[in-house]
Amino acid sequence: MSEQSLRNPSAPAGRKGRNGGARPLESVMQMIFFICGFIAIAFVLVITIYLIISGLPAIREIGLVDFLFGQEWASTAEEPKFGILPLILTSVYGTAGAILIGVPIGFLMAVFLSKVAPRRVAAVVRPVVDLLAGIPSIVYGLVGLMVLVPFIRETFHTAAGESLLAAIVVLAVMILPSIISVSETALNAVPKEYEEASLALGATDIETYFRISAPAAKSGIAAAVVLGVGRAIGEAMAIMMVAGNVANMPDLLSSVRFLTTGIAVELAYSSGLQRQALFSIGLVLFLFIMCINVILNVFLKRDKEG
Amino acid sequence: MSSIKESPQARTGASQGLSASRRAYNTGMRALIYIAAAIVVVLLVFLLGYILYRGLPNLTWEFLTSEESVVRDVQGIGPAILNTLYVILATLVVVLPLGVGAAIYLTEYAKNRKLVAAIEFATETLAGIPSIIYALVGVLIFAESLALGKTLIAGALTLVIMTLPTVIRTTQESLKTVPQSYREGSLGLGSGKWHMIRTVVLPSSIDGIVTGCILSIGRIVGESAVLLYTVGMSMSMQDFFRNGLESFFSASGSTLSVALYVYAKVRADFDLAFSVAVVLIVITLVINLASSLVGRKLKKN
Amino acid sequence: MKKLTCLGLSVVMALSLLAGCGGGGTSTPSTSTPDASAPSTSQGTDASTPANEEISGAVNTDGSTSMADVMAAFKESFEGLYPDVTINYSGTGSGSGITNALAGTVDIGLSSRALTDEEKAEGAVENIVALDGVAVVVNPENTITNLTVEQIAQIYNGTITNWSELGGADAPIAVIGRDAASGTRGAFEEIVGVEDQCVYTNEYESTGEVIGSVAGNPNAIGYASLSAVDESVVAVEVNGVAPSEATVADGTYEIQRPFVMVTKEGAELSPAAQAFLDWAMSADAADEIEAAGCVSPNA
Repeated sequence: MSEQSLRNPSAPAGRKGRNGGARPLESVMQMIFFICGFIAIAFVLVITIYLIISGLPAIREIGLVDFLFGQEWASTAEEPKFGILPLILTSVYGTAGAILIGVPIGFLMAVFLSKVAPRRVAAVVRPVVDLLAGIPSIVYGLVGLMVLVPFIRETFHTAAGESLLAAIVVLAVMILPSIISVSETALNAVPKEYEEASLALGATDIETYFRISAPAAKSGIAAAVVLGVGRAIGEAMAIMMVAGNVANMPDLLSSVRFLTTGIAVELAYSSGLQRQALFSIGLVLFLFIMCINVILNVFLKRDKEG
Repeated sequence: MSSIKESPQARTGASQGLSASRRAYNTGMRALIYIAAAIVVVLLVFLLGYILYRGLPNLTWEFLTSEESVVRDVQGIGPAILNTLYVILATLVVVLPLGVGAAIYLTEYAKNRKLVAAIEFATETLAGIPSIIYALVGVLIFAESLALGKTLIAGALTLVIMTLPTVIRTTQESLKTVPQSYREGSLGLGSGKWHMIRTVVLPSSIDGIVTGCILSIGRIVGESAVLLYTVGMSMSMQDFFRNGLESFFSASGSTLSVALYVYAKVRADFDLAFSVAVVLIVITLVINLASSLVGRKLKKN
Repeated sequence: MKKLTCLGLSVVMALSLLAGCGGGGTSTPSTSTPDASAPSTSQGTDASTPANEEISGAVNTDGSTSMADVMAAFKESFEGLYPDVTINYSGTGSGSGITNALAGTVDIGLSSRALTDEEKAEGAVENIVALDGVAVVVNPENTITNLTVEQIAQIYNGTITNWSELGGADAPIAVIGRDAASGTRGAFEEIVGVEDQCVYTNEYESTGEVIGSVAGNPNAIGYASLSAVDESVVAVEVNGVAPSEATVADGTYEIQRPFVMVTKEGAELSPAAQAFLDWAMSADAADEIEAAGCVSPNA
């Protein structure tokens, strides 16, 4: 309560008296700000409600089990099938793969930048990492399409190089800069005394980084991982260029379709039940993202308490 | 951060007389760090080098400024650059008052903590939603339900929702850093609340608002999914000076990111796609420089 | 409860605000005046009468990526005739063109296949502007230059999976197709008789992408608009007939389809869109259609 009155120094009781009669401009402005605040909430509500309202009918018509666990997606066939298991699994595998590649490299690179690298090297590399974090994802898709796809085709002798593997590598590269910069920030925030104490007790510098600094920065690193998961699972355009977009069950070297690309590929032309099914995919994706947000919050909270 | 580096004797002193397993751990982990660093640096150099190598040769003044023409055999992204500017402007015009207003309400007016928590949760949620879902919603709400069609305005309005959390959050952050005593002083001198906000709070938080602007611009420039489905991929010049603002509400067009998509995916004209990528990288560089400049200024104050 | 009502009200308010501003924008009559526009300098057009300059605004077209070349030619010629009109073209696929035309989100939808009876029942109007062949394309390195419709069907339904089965190199066939929005895919699968049976290695969103992919992959086979085929790929003979404007026009090349401009029945087009549609359907546009590599039905 006290914090609140601090934030609102003009406590309602005292204010009217001090200002004399309520100035009309004041109440108008308050109303305007109130509306602004509310529009923000209204947008979220509209989006959530819209997704649920437009996502549920198709699930009801297709059947929840058939929708989530159906193994075939053939939305435009004579007898359409709307099973999104291949899409869900592809998204899960793709994200997991990107995290498996991106997080260790990103974390080690953060340790390098924060602790090991000479200051001048770090000063050159850091802005480049930031630059890559800001480059539009579609650029990563383009490079993947031109470099990675032919490479995979020739290395593994597949008919075409567009594959889950290509998508995983593109996603890993894409999330790398944000993992590096978030983890580095967390590592830099570790109090110097911790490290000095560890060194004074006879630990080597490497032991100090991994056994003292990293655990102390674990909430920041966890946040980096979750951020990476969120970015990887939500990306559409970059992987649309390298994944091949056939709704196969996921296999490392075959063409696959993610939840996001499942929407992206058919959004422009779908109609009827097919379009409703796209909203259902959107709803599933939305739930995934919400779960990730909740996990992130739990992580951060537990860390604060512990 | 630097204490360890500055005392090399400490390091060598400590590593003497270590057990074999500790020495192996040290060497192994140090090697891993350097391998990871090498991978990342090689990747960075390769990515930037490859994009520049493929993109620079076609990047002429003519390409940047002209509209493409089959008859004259000219390729150009002039319209895409202009469209990007139009979309940025239209989005900011709507999102800035809205976002700054919401932030002011949250920090200065709101009395109900639950309401504040709800709005903050809402903005967090908005920030986490993938852009393809915004595309889905933008198509349905703006293009179809509100009958705006696939137009620049439909895209700009969708981007308003997308960038709103960024503007609210950065503004809120900077509003929170305005010392409470400023507000009390102003109110104590008899100014009304709006007057206090206008003369004391807003001027001291202008840096945060600018940061929000820059971040939003970055997000708009990088966005492709939303714009692809709500604005379309036309590479034609939208001549607002001749046709008036009306065409903004009725024209579809592609921004730079969408133009890259058009070149790479629709036309398989990869060299030009890389040229657009170079332009996008330069813009990203400018945005990063601008935001770090503002950040530095913010720290000084 | 009170909060909820309040919330609901503000949602409605916000939406109506947006609707208001959008509606106002779209319904504003044209503001440009004839005398304000630049003096007509377009050469070679005797049709450049003052009437042309009274029509202004943007015409948004959306759909078939096969029609990219035709639309590019149309755009420049038409904008030469009507200097205040901008033709916008988004290549999203025929299905998208038809859907968007019916939903009213674009002025004219573009389809590279004939409309189905269901689409016509929903109010889609078919305006055929050109005829085009669907070329079956392979990489220039591929030694195969002639396929029967039967063989093509077997490749696409997965019966033949290696080029050696057709007398080519021992390499897996990359079966390249289009997404379900594609008019080219619809026409191709129907004529070859492989509807719903295709086993695609990859599905792409545009004609250009199919050609780019086949040009970059020696194992690939794909199908694409004849008008879009360039020297980077080879169009094989189908049943011994090479695809060309002439074989499409006389019907000997079997895999062909119309280019359609889709409008919605009962919906009134803007003056600019109507003028564009009328012009595209007239004999005046025949030169552009031929220049783009298609056959004009009006020639």
